[in-house]
Amino acid sequence: MTVIPFQQVLDAHRDAVWRVCVAVAGRDEAEDAFQETWLSALRAYPRLGEGANVRAWLLTIAHRKAIDVHRGRARRPIVTDRLPEAAAPPEPERDDGLWDAVRELPPGQRAAITLRYAGDLRPVEVAEVLGISDDAVRRRIADGLKNLRLEVQPA
Amino acid sequence: MSRLAAPTTPPPADLLARLAARAAEEGLLDVAYARVDSPLGPLVAAVTPAGLVRLAYEDFNGGLDVVVEDLAARISPRVLEAPARLDDIRRQLDEYFERRRDRFDVPVDLTLARGFGRRILEATAAIPFGETRSYREVAEAAGNGKATRAAGNALGANPIPIVVPCHRVLRTGGGLGGYTGGVEKKETLLRIEGVLL
Repeated sequence: MTVIPFQQVLDAHRDAVWRVCVAVAGRDEAEDAFQETWLSALRAYPRLGEGANVRAWLLTIAHRKAIDVHRGRARRPIVTDRLPEAAAPPEPERDDGLWDAVRELPPGQRAAITLRYAGDLRPVEVAEVLGISDDAVRRRIADGLKNLRLEVQPA
Repeated sequence: MSRLAAPTTPPPADLLARLAARAAEEGLLDVAYARVDSPLGPLVAAVTPAGLVRLAYEDFNGGLDVVVEDLAARISPRVLEAPARLDDIRRQLDEYFERRRDRFDVPVDLTLARGFGRRILEATAAIPFGETRSYREVAEAAGNGKATRAAGNALGANPIPIVVPCHRVLRTGGGLGGYTGGVEKKETLLRIEGVLL
């Protein structure tokens, strides 16, 4: 049996994990979610069964951790000693504006869309991660995309 | 819009370094490794929480991946590249190769050697800079003066060459004997230590 060093797992999947963290938690909280994901994975790694779908396993953790981080942050009050006097400078150009909209989707649709398009899992793998049928995944993705289109380009 | 593009900016460069540091803090990093350049060619150095566990001549041991996979199989799969954790040994090796250091002050983890082989390496670790011993003398120090062949095998499989100075063990009568990594490396090390001119 070959034992795959954890570093090789990290190298192979860190970009997908990062994308899911950004998509679910937002750019500012993605770093915490990313760290928590890999620490949790490292803790469990020696017990991971042979032949496991490592990518799906990691993205399951990433999705859960990113939701935790995002929720935890949302509950905490923002401490500030003064109000800004002028409008903040515009944010640098980002490619994830749409992901802000994804975060507002109902949780089922959000999860399916995030794992499919940020994690690049196949629908059958998304189904495995979420514990639902392949058809249900396709339905959630279709509904989610429809909702996004309504939000982004109101009719 | 029928296709949603993934967020594409890569993770920040320092995030992975911070991840390795936190993994170590939380006791989750069983083996940390890094490449170390040396006048003898690239080395792969690895530490466990107990100390330096491996120093491999990269070219002679099948390359970085092979060395790291071997560590994962023999010690633990919780292996990360974490150069910051090898800073101390890297600095000491640099000083040694620049002839500014004649002993290594790093804890050594001989986990990869067992039984008599481990005793041979412990006896070898006690040979001072610039001195040499014969295979028989090392075997004697390890408790069995007749086991010179076993001593040779244990030294050939030394997981931590240079720091556990198997290059200081020579044939009776002064022949160099073999060396993990090729005998020219042994000559270079003995020259650094002033044993060979």
